[in-house]
Amino acid sequence: MGNDWQPSCSLGALHLRARLLHDIRTFFQARAVLEVETPLLGHSTGTDPQLAFFRTDYHSSPHRQALFLQTSPEFAMKRLLAAGSGSIYQICKAFRNGEAGRFHNPEFTILEWYRVGFTLRALMDEVADLFAELFKGQGLQATQRLSYQAVFRQYTGLDPLQFCYGDYCAYALANGLPEAVELCGDDHLLWLDMLFSHKIQPFLGANALCMVYGYPACQPSLAKVSADNPLTVERVELFIDGIELGNGYYELTDADEQVLRFTKEIRQRQEQKLPPVIKDQRLLAALAAGLPECAGIAIGLDRLLMLLGSTATIADTLSFPVDRA
Amino acid sequence: MAVYSTNEFKAGLKVMLDNDPCAIIENEFVKPGKGQAFNRVKIRNLKTGRVIERTFKSGESLESADVVDVEMQYLYNDGEFRHFMVQDTFEQYQAEAKIVGDAALWLKDQDFCFVTLWNDAPLAVTPSNFVELEIIETDPGVRGDTSGGGGKPAKLTTGAVVRVPLFVQIGEVIKVDTRTGEYISRVKD
Repeated sequence: MGNDWQPSCSLGALHLRARLLHDIRTFFQARAVLEVETPLLGHSTGTDPQLAFFRTDYHSSPHRQALFLQTSPEFAMKRLLAAGSGSIYQICKAFRNGEAGRFHNPEFTILEWYRVGFTLRALMDEVADLFAELFKGQGLQATQRLSYQAVFRQYTGLDPLQFCYGDYCAYALANGLPEAVELCGDDHLLWLDMLFSHKIQPFLGANALCMVYGYPACQPSLAKVSADNPLTVERVELFIDGIELGNGYYELTDADEQVLRFTKEIRQRQEQKLPPVIKDQRLLAALAAGLPECAGIAIGLDRLLMLLGSTATIADTLSFPVDRA
Repeated sequence: MAVYSTNEFKAGLKVMLDNDPCAIIENEFVKPGKGQAFNRVKIRNLKTGRVIERTFKSGESLESADVVDVEMQYLYNDGEFRHFMVQDTFEQYQAEAKIVGDAALWLKDQDFCFVTLWNDAPLAVTPSNFVELEIIETDPGVRGDTSGGGGKPAKLTTGAVVRVPLFVQIGEVIKVDTRTGEYISRVKD
């Protein structure tokens, strides 16, 4: 037997995590944002074909039912918002099957919050305030705000909003990613994912919080389409030292548009022969009843701890990562 | 033939890539929160020795390569091929100079080494970490100098040239680290 009964993180990392949770709660308490809890086990889950979920069997004799470990608390929190909760936050576990590596553990901790009446810009200001608080004394440089288009152009010279196959291929061949030509083909979205994660993200936010906003409309997730540019959506991602920390939206509130996005993703799941998911009817009912205009964001706390504790792997921040759980 | 998926890639795994046998060195999972997951893999081509980086979509797979390292005894050089033998089975293999490469500098008759076989044919030869070889050529050293400072080149029976201390003489047998090509010590009979 080895020593895998022991935590993979140092005891100091346990203290760092406890202090982080305390600081976050203090921050939101001062701003009168309500802490909530929602179920980790739910009868449905997100339809995103890029997220693999854990499915469990719930036995309540004589019935059996599938319950899913949540890939994020988003749907349940939006139901609270529609019910009139006002601004809320939650610190909880989220589960994503098959994700393990230096920056991934299939079970991880999320901080997710929603601000009623906030625009994405106002939420980004609040994110900057929170990070200033959490990184106090760590000498983080001034926060950067860059549009996806600007950052993509800066690092690759390509326009992410207009797909030009020839230009994309020429860039890949000239910049050490020849496999992208075959791997991505004529799939614009796949090209964006590959070029962004290989050629841009590693350089974002050198010792600074970098917020990238205005994502291409082909990566909408649950964000509203931008009013001033229909080629982009009101979505922001956070990076420090090339590590992706969070993802926020000016939230989609239109139930009909939500149905369309669900339907599209469910069809993609079928095409890719992925496990089926049903549309979350309770979320749709909540949207139909009226989700207030709001902005929301989720931040991975384990990765935040990697930065706060200057550790090389996510396992250095977890008591027991999946291989010791 | 077995097939390995990206999540099974780990250091040392032998796979086929672009029709060449390769060894995985490193595998990093790259996934945007919303978006396609990739595996960025560092791979050594076992035929050329070159290391490349290649990105795969997570879940893609590669065929395994039938590559094994077998300990063999080096027998002799017939001018065109070098010959090796597996001790237990007496099975013999021959490898041309291109395959043997720099290992030739450290191969002495009857010594043991590792031969990497791909589909039962030699792909590469790795000498033992330490070998003992006789000096056939070196300048006479200064008698009495045992400090080892400075040193001088010495040619060994295999043709390898190694820096040795001044006091080491022609006809002496020395121990060499083949990974660095450095002199370790004299070998006393």
